[in-house]
Amino acid sequence: MVNIFKFSSPATFYPLAGKIARVSTWIAVLLLAVGLYMSFFVAPTDYKQGEGYRIIFIHVPAAWMSMFIYVVMAFWAGVGLVFNTRLSAMMAQALAPTGAIMTFIALWTGAFWGKPMWGAWWVWDARLTSELILFFLYIGFIALQGAIDDNRRADRAGAVLLLVGVVNIPIIYFSVKWWNTLHQGASVSIKNGSSMSTIMLQTMLIMTFAFWAYSIAVSLYRVRSIILEREKDARWVSELPEIRR
Amino acid sequence: MKGGLSEFFAMGGYALYVWGSFGVTALLMVVEPIMVRQRRKAAISRISRLIRLKSEQKS
Repeated sequence: MVNIFKFSSPATFYPLAGKIARVSTWIAVLLLAVGLYMSFFVAPTDYKQGEGYRIIFIHVPAAWMSMFIYVVMAFWAGVGLVFNTRLSAMMAQALAPTGAIMTFIALWTGAFWGKPMWGAWWVWDARLTSELILFFLYIGFIALQGAIDDNRRADRAGAVLLLVGVVNIPIIYFSVKWWNTLHQGASVSIKNGSSMSTIMLQTMLIMTFAFWAYSIAVSLYRVRSIILEREKDARWVSELPEIRR
Repeated sequence: MKGGLSEFFAMGGYALYVWGSFGVTALLMVVEPIMVRQRRKAAISRISRLIRLKSEQKS
């Protein structure tokens, strides 16, 4: 049996993270190229929203990633609290800026989509407001980590914040069902399948995988720096070729 | 693309919204990796300086 705890050691995870990040970078570049081409040249003009609907190809993937990254961070926070592994807190920390950026993209593209279709950049609607709260949760987590000097205490405080904030995720997801909102309901769901045309759905899924690969690549590259910063006194760090130069 | 480049960029009248969305997203996805790279460079140079200092103190 493969011992998963072997990879919870920063020394073994550091090179592994580098390898996965490199592969993910190539996957992201490839999928982004294909996805962008399809977004503009293959996907047909929408009969109702014209060319304006093309924002969906970044809006939905970014919104999905914003929620997914948060759940992954909360998962690592929980693992860190239970098993007291150093690496899990580093993972949560590495994911936070990417999650915040994805949330920002979801809000920004949402505003740029809302303006022509609803006539307003912003409305205090349940979906939009809960997504904005998600953005503040990311910012709050980053600020909290930065404000506490002792790494261990910062990790624990951050983990508690992440776990408490996780209640917001189902609120975002189900907000379009629970409240009367301006935001449209889900176009894609596990139960009902998709209400979009196949080619639009395929494009959106390719963009989603592209964002996925991008997020993995960028946060794994970031976790490598965090590992170096935190383990700077460890022997294995001083023996790394990039440090010894 | 039948109407040429200018029609493509016009996005059927939605140019501001479509390019405002894709543009800012692209910008962020370029800036973030640059920042990650800078952080790595800073970490490596700081740690190698620390290690050099330590070895000089020993000798």
